[in-house]
Amino acid sequence: MTKTSDPAVKNTPLSPLTIAAWLGVVLLLALPLLPVPEFWITQLDYIGLYAMVVLGLVLLTGVAGLTSFGQAAFVGLGAYATAYVTTAYGASPWLGLLCGVLLTLVVALVVAGVTLRMSGHYLPLATIAWGLAMFFLVGNLDFLGKFDGLQGIPPVAVGSFELRTGRSSYYLIWIVALLGALALRHLLDSRPGRAMRALKGGTLMAEAMGIATLRYKVLAFVIAALYASLSGWLFAHYQRSVNPSPFGLQMGIEYLFMAVLGGVGLVGGAFVGAGAVKIAEDQLQNWLPALLGTSGPVELVVFGMVLILVLQVTPQGLWSLVTRRLPVRRQDPSRWAGAEPLPKATPPARGETVLSVQKARKQFGGLVAVNDVSFDVRAGEIVGLIGPNGAGKSTLFNLITGVLPLTGGRVDYRGQRIDGRTSRAIARLGMSRTFQHVRMIPDMSVLENVALGAHKRGAAGVLRAMLRLDRRDERRLLGEAWKQLQRIGMAALANEPAGNLALGQQRLMEIARALCTDPALLLLDEPAAGLRLKEKQALGAVLSQLRGEGMSLLLVEHDMDFVMTLTDRIVVVEFGTKLTEGSPEVVREDPAVRAAYLGVEH
Amino acid sequence: MDSTIAAVLLLDGIGNGAVYALLGMAIVLVFAVTRVILIPQGEFVAYSALTLAMLQLGRVPGTVWLALLLAGLTLVRELWDGMRTKRAWSVTGLEIVRLCALPVAAAAVTYLASGHAWPLALQAVLTLVLVTAIGPLVYRLAYQPLADASVLLLLIVSVGVHFTLVGLGLVFFGAEGYRTPPFWDTHFDVGAVTISGQTIVTLVVSALLMLGLWLFFSRTLAGKALRATAINRLGARLMGVSTEHAGRSAFAMAAFIGALAGLLIGPTTTMIYDGGFLIGLKGFVAAIFGGLASYPLAVVGALLVGLLDSFSSFWASAYKDVIVFTAIIPILLLRSLTDRHHDEDE
Repeated sequence: MTKTSDPAVKNTPLSPLTIAAWLGVVLLLALPLLPVPEFWITQLDYIGLYAMVVLGLVLLTGVAGLTSFGQAAFVGLGAYATAYVTTAYGASPWLGLLCGVLLTLVVALVVAGVTLRMSGHYLPLATIAWGLAMFFLVGNLDFLGKFDGLQGIPPVAVGSFELRTGRSSYYLIWIVALLGALALRHLLDSRPGRAMRALKGGTLMAEAMGIATLRYKVLAFVIAALYASLSGWLFAHYQRSVNPSPFGLQMGIEYLFMAVLGGVGLVGGAFVGAGAVKIAEDQLQNWLPALLGTSGPVELVVFGMVLILVLQVTPQGLWSLVTRRLPVRRQDPSRWAGAEPLPKATPPARGETVLSVQKARKQFGGLVAVNDVSFDVRAGEIVGLIGPNGAGKSTLFNLITGVLPLTGGRVDYRGQRIDGRTSRAIARLGMSRTFQHVRMIPDMSVLENVALGAHKRGAAGVLRAMLRLDRRDERRLLGEAWKQLQRIGMAALANEPAGNLALGQQRLMEIARALCTDPALLLLDEPAAGLRLKEKQALGAVLSQLRGEGMSLLLVEHDMDFVMTLTDRIVVVEFGTKLTEGSPEVVREDPAVRAAYLGVEH
Repeated sequence: MDSTIAAVLLLDGIGNGAVYALLGMAIVLVFAVTRVILIPQGEFVAYSALTLAMLQLGRVPGTVWLALLLAGLTLVRELWDGMRTKRAWSVTGLEIVRLCALPVAAAAVTYLASGHAWPLALQAVLTLVLVTAIGPLVYRLAYQPLADASVLLLLIVSVGVHFTLVGLGLVFFGAEGYRTPPFWDTHFDVGAVTISGQTIVTLVVSALLMLGLWLFFSRTLAGKALRATAINRLGARLMGVSTEHAGRSAFAMAAFIGALAGLLIGPTTTMIYDGGFLIGLKGFVAAIFGGLASYPLAVVGALLVGLLDSFSSFWASAYKDVIVFTAIIPILLLRSLTDRHHDEDE
């Protein structure tokens, strides 16, 4: 099972693609030395500036699923901050950069704090409003020159060399943009990056894995804002003057347009989108007036229509047309095999009461879904929770794991009262779960999905990930994911996108993910559903082995053979009320249980 | 500020607020039924005010050509889809008639009427019909192919539609601004305050429309079908409610409400081709106040926006828009504290 036989796996350090990418970078950086017309250098300067902003949107919108129309306002924040301190106080542009970054941090944190708690579509609307407000505010402030803006901004100087020309600025702009892209790539392939990619699928699963989703939303928002602000700093010193118009809502929308056109979610798409829009804009300005006899926002019609068409025809953007045809580069997952193991929590002593549910009650309005149910789970035992459909089993799971608040009663985990705590806090105590309806990130690989479970056992943050200083931590996390996949018998599928798995395999993947959290108690919601007999037997063996290691399991299952052979004790619920509890033999013979399942009068 | 000024501002705010309320309700309606956040709502407002202005001037309104253009594009699109899916020609033909008959007829009548000085009320009705007919075409062309896409994607499409419609507005109406005559050119003196007839018309019409919407959604089958679609698209579809028709109806209603709003503010605001956007956005602030879900709260929000609008234009007119749009931040804060967080997938 450890040997992968996937023929698509390539492990060469330098693939033709990498070489092509490097050649592209070298060509890009050599361009100003070649006899390229000034016009194109200027175009490329702007494309680099735009791409910086769009890179932020790739992270925010494409990866984290949060849309912002207000990025242009952050560009403005960076531009005006440096413009003001360099013109009013004669400060160095580098001090201007620092001011811009700090100001952006504060504003982004405030906007994020207000809007990110809400469901998806409030953020874009709030950013529209904030983009407009910022535009009108800057345009009315005296010390920022009102709608005329500020002039006479000094160029950036590196040592004694001043970047006064388009060609010299080109290097600064493109080095920053390419480094920004590289840092983003690194981030996406890391612990915090996976957490951000998990945000798109809603917060329930990520929180249950102990991931602080709000924190990662805020981080993605702040990073995107900083990319925009950095572009604004470059922009101010490149143009040497600022006024409000490039930072209005219109431009904010255009940035999003670039991201969508290029392929939101793809780092390369940022450059493709920025390039396509900038060049198309120029060409349209040239030939539209000749064609229609008017100038001005008629290009908007073309822009708008192209945007709609692109979304209808290829919602993944232009760059995806290229990446789709490229061979998938996959790393051999067995390289994680020898990783240093993650630290493990001390397991409870055998026989210790791990979970204690006392008179748990849940009412939805007048409906009593869970009616004063009590039971215990001790260390090293498997407890089955059975009952007809609608008996309240999944609700009970949600009460124990903190997804739903209790109406009455209490839940204790290893001597601590846990009802009223968030599902994240409970997960961090060492309780893990799977879901009745599988929750995964379909476009992430199986290995990455499973590694989400190990998230809370790692420590690498955004900065370390962007600078690639997280490899040791990363290796341990992926090593753990790999180990759990092996244990569950899915090592051969580690590289597969999770969305390609059959339902039964998805359920197994969820178990592997839950195991990665190093749980003392594992709650499994119908783990055997969708599995074939052989797979069920293998799963049963794994669960028995886990019990042997001292882990406790609580499982909801409808497959009676599976439950009867595997569990030590069974709790039966019907209509939210506990019917009985006992060993499989006792429960099997209980007339009340038979009545509940078969409808015999009792 | 003395009490007279306060009363004037109050009246002004309520008048504007009534219009924002209409737009806010249209936005809530469209979002509930189709999950589209209707950024281009303001364009219907501008189109309608400009159409009436053109008719008043005895010119052919650009909306005529716009409607014909969109109908033509719809024709092409339906034919293309018909060929691609190999459905029966009769089905394609029926769809085309359903979608294009009203806009083409309305455009034709408007074209014929444009040379004659019809009474204002008749021109207003014509304007309403013409702009309303555009709504379903917009849905068909831009949104229907993406009906099951995410809210986010639909929002970005909305931005594209907004750009397109604003640009088309410039092409068909030019960059000049117009005002339309008031529907009731009279004044009443109540103490020191003068109430214009137009304000009364605005308030009465808005109130009637709200009542009409309420009756439609609570008493008619079509209204209930729309509500069902809003609550559960799949379930509604399984029960035989066509989500496509629901979407088109929602857009027709939104266009109608937008057109009505355009007629109501036309006499007090000089309208240009892109002037609807900011007005529509204020409707948005109102809709967000209602969490994009509650009609009564959207109305309350709209009145607040209207009052904020008029009072801030008195105290700090340069910062008027800053104040109105930053007002959304405390509103969002309030909502984020009161809304129970829920998972957004499913």
